[in-house]
Amino acid sequence: MLIDTVLFYIFAAMVLSGAIFTITRRSAVHSAISLICSLLGVAGLFLLQRAEFLFAVQIVLYVGGIMVLFLFVIMLVNLDLAAKARQFNRAWAVGIAAVAVVGAEMAWFLYRGRAAFHIAENGGAGLGSAAAGNTEMIADSLFSEYLLPFEIASVLLLVAVVGSVVMAKKRI
Amino acid sequence: MHAIISHPLFAPVLITLALIAAVPLVAGYLSLVERKVLADFQVRLGPMRVGPHGFLQPIADAVKLLIKEDIIPSDSDKAIFWFAPCVSTCAALTAFSVLPFARNIAVADVNVGLLVVSSMSSVGILGIILGGWSSNSHYSLLGALRSAAQLVSYEVALAFALLSGVMAAGTLSMQGIVKAQLEHGVWGVFANYGFMIVPFAVYIIAATAETNRAPFDMPEAESELVAGFHTEYSGFRFALYFLAEYANVFVVAAVAVTLFLGGWLRPFPGVSWLAVPLNYGFPAVLLGGSGLLTLTLVRKLKDPLQQKVLVFLAVTLAILGAVFLVPAVNGAVAGLFWFLFKVSCLIYVQIWFRGTFPRFRYDQLMNIGWKIAIPVGMAAVLINALLGMISRA
Repeated sequence: MLIDTVLFYIFAAMVLSGAIFTITRRSAVHSAISLICSLLGVAGLFLLQRAEFLFAVQIVLYVGGIMVLFLFVIMLVNLDLAAKARQFNRAWAVGIAAVAVVGAEMAWFLYRGRAAFHIAENGGAGLGSAAAGNTEMIADSLFSEYLLPFEIASVLLLVAVVGSVVMAKKRI
Repeated sequence: MHAIISHPLFAPVLITLALIAAVPLVAGYLSLVERKVLADFQVRLGPMRVGPHGFLQPIADAVKLLIKEDIIPSDSDKAIFWFAPCVSTCAALTAFSVLPFARNIAVADVNVGLLVVSSMSSVGILGIILGGWSSNSHYSLLGALRSAAQLVSYEVALAFALLSGVMAAGTLSMQGIVKAQLEHGVWGVFANYGFMIVPFAVYIIAATAETNRAPFDMPEAESELVAGFHTEYSGFRFALYFLAEYANVFVVAAVAVTLFLGGWLRPFPGVSWLAVPLNYGFPAVLLGGSGLLTLTLVRKLKDPLQQKVLVFLAVTLAILGAVFLVPAVNGAVAGLFWFLFKVSCLIYVQIWFRGTFPRFRYDQLMNIGWKIAIPVGMAAVLINALLGMISRA
């Protein structure tokens, strides 16, 4: 248990420091690397919760897919101008409002404790017993209980794919 | 002492240490094998100077790389330049942690083993991209861009090929995939009435592209880009990239063996009377025979020191062959032997590709990836799903 706690703090530090460096570094590539560090930390937290499937998918999708494309675009675009520009914009009112809302939410959850979270039925019971069937459990719940949201998300992705092809092609 | 040996972490830690020690040596000797095999294809001799028939060449190369001056370009991004090769190497080594070397030899048997391997290969790309970008050189940047585009394209085809294999096995755990093939009695590549040969072919093509090897070695095409993403790297950092490349070659071959060629199973795992000739006879004849054949080369050498090294090599091979005849040892190492033997065969095939096919043009590479490999991979998934349902009904 001690090793779990130590690992938790290491991963949490990765997530938070990565997130902070992402918005404070001037160089876009440095920001992207910090974001990768943060995402890897989240993957580690998934692994600590015995969610191996989410761990692997987090790395494959975010680090291996999305961040590689980010870096690809960053390298193609000349960002010298952006690096010299003012880093922080002036929309203080919106920023303070957003921080206040998120802070209030977190304070509320801390105040209420565990009772504030709705834990799905079988969610806690299944984890311990089915350590071997993590992937199967995700598939089962995705394709039975959460089929409608899953399909809506897939339609959304399809729309995005078709839209990007339409925008990229000059003549269809 | 007993408390240490019976600790649950003892075997994983021991195997991890053995792997970290073995991988650089294996990578070095893979490069020697590659040079020798390519030389043979081209009717040359290859490296012959250091040791008998160039046997000690990798050690000389490693020492040379380690004591070379470590040059960092003055306008480079120093921190990223410094750690980018480490990213590639660490990712490649991490992938070894889930490979099933034998029934009991694996660092960890995770239930998403295959996903861990593919996630680590995608993290390894970052090392290449960052290294190419941070060098602040046009050749490096072009190499990195090509590498990113190529890997993103071929990862899709690779995933479809893996998906077919996973469907046939019914699990993502690497040991589970091998055990499923033991239960079915056939290797994965012959499952589903032999149709699995299609995803296997797609996998081999996509994996060759994923490891940036010829004929898909656009990121380091020496005739166009000097050395691609590692143009500015020298000394130890170059050695790390080199290590990562050969470790990746081993990993993709090991995944193909696990998924399609039965992992640590011997050929015909269902036929019991073949156990003795295949598990005892084959390794003993192969290793002992190559030891004996090595002895015939000794007389042609002039230098007595080189003769001694070659005799030592021959005796080591013969002893290794004899070890397989001891029943108690054989039970433990036969699986390891078959796994490594199949992996070596696949690595030989990859070197063969490099010696045979000319490098593709960049648009041809993208056409193969998007217009051939991905549709074929998708179709293979659908047909394999149907065939799997028919064969199990």
